[in-house]
Amino acid sequence: MFDLHGYFPLILDGMKLTVGVALLSLAIAMVLGMLGALAKLSKSKTARLAAGVYTTIIRGVPDLVLMTLIFFGGQIAVNNIGDALGWDYVDVDPFTAGFLSIGFIFGAYMTETFRGAIMAVPRGEIEAGQAYGMTPVQCFLRITLPQMVRHALPGFGNNWLVLAKATALVSVIGLHDMVYNAQLAGGSTRQPFTFLLVVALLFLVITAVSDVGLRWANRRYSVGVRRA
Amino acid sequence: MDIAVIIENLPLYFEGLWITIQLVVMALALGLGLAIPMGVLAASRNPLIAGLPKAYIYFFRGTPLLVQAFLIYAGAGQFEAVRESFLWLVLKEAYWCALIAFALNTAAYTAEILRGAIEQTHFGEIEAARACGMSRGLMLRRIILPSAFRRALPAYGNEVIFMLHGSVVAGVITVVDLFGAAKIVNSRHFVPFESFIAAGVFYLCMTFLIVWVFKLAEHRWHAHLRPRET
Repeated sequence: MFDLHGYFPLILDGMKLTVGVALLSLAIAMVLGMLGALAKLSKSKTARLAAGVYTTIIRGVPDLVLMTLIFFGGQIAVNNIGDALGWDYVDVDPFTAGFLSIGFIFGAYMTETFRGAIMAVPRGEIEAGQAYGMTPVQCFLRITLPQMVRHALPGFGNNWLVLAKATALVSVIGLHDMVYNAQLAGGSTRQPFTFLLVVALLFLVITAVSDVGLRWANRRYSVGVRRA
Repeated sequence: MDIAVIIENLPLYFEGLWITIQLVVMALALGLGLAIPMGVLAASRNPLIAGLPKAYIYFFRGTPLLVQAFLIYAGAGQFEAVRESFLWLVLKEAYWCALIAFALNTAAYTAEILRGAIEQTHFGEIEAARACGMSRGLMLRRIILPSAFRRALPAYGNEVIFMLHGSVVAGVITVVDLFGAAKIVNSRHFVPFESFIAAGVFYLCMTFLIVWVFKLAEHRWHAHLRPRET
């Protein structure tokens, strides 16, 4: 069943790209999520409105639609701006479009997760920090950030697992990730089922490894929390 | 923005929308039918009974829907036994492959939601049902499932939205659903912004519709949780 005709290295190359896209998107999603959460909790009406529009629209539209929009449309947009500024033709490669759009999409999900986590930090602790004369930035870095991690972890873990699976969509815009390579190998050996099953199992490996990591992080950040 | 292209192609979008609705509604119905027995079995304390449904749930929740759809659409043809059987009449059509993949996928997610809801049943309710002399089947039908369905409602609403969003995979395997229609409009007229934004607006409206329906459903079935009107 698992005679891969020497195509396994090709699939593993694709897996490296899948993991790379996933990690880069995660970094972008975390930055956007943090900014979005702070905007949603800020006193500025404009910031709250902007963050609200961002999360509502992104979470209401399928990821693949947004990705193709950013991939095909982004190409035109970049060159329209480029024409105005007098640049040469810029080619938006699918790798950049892929991780930027996945990061942009999951930033909206992270916004909701981080917002809930920030709100879970007791107000009194921040007031105590202010009473000690900490600046807002110090308050955030010393009190809110270390404590919100624990509350954010379950939601963060879910988002990461969904994100990792969403990277399979980059094969649709032509990136040579493991799904794309599996189709290539499956086509040339006439064994598409075998190769796609291998890819499915590799996704399960990613999920299982993430589970172990998330459990470890959960233990690490729940030190000192009382449980019944 | 060239809205004229979109208006000209509206009939195509509505055809795609209709296919998307068909696929999503049928997949949800089939998926729920599969998920109820599977969720009940997965909630069992006996590992021999819970093992198989749990493995099924783990596989389908741990792999991308796109890969599952490809496995069925592109993968099934690898086996001669399949190609020569009556199954091939179904499996050579992208439409039915998409439906099968969606139903199997949403069944796993729904079963997991139900399993969680069943396990959270208050022990007092089960003890009371036993004290009344109910058999297991009667207890399941009258006590456990009705309250589990109520608890599962918000999570199931999210799953319905995920299924709608996941259904774009049909467009990837050549079905002309809403996403497929947008792809056609884009390739005919080369209007990536207009074509995909139009599809996005349709999806957004359907998402809002689902959110609204589930709000009504929660109003109805979570009436006992509402604050009392004074």
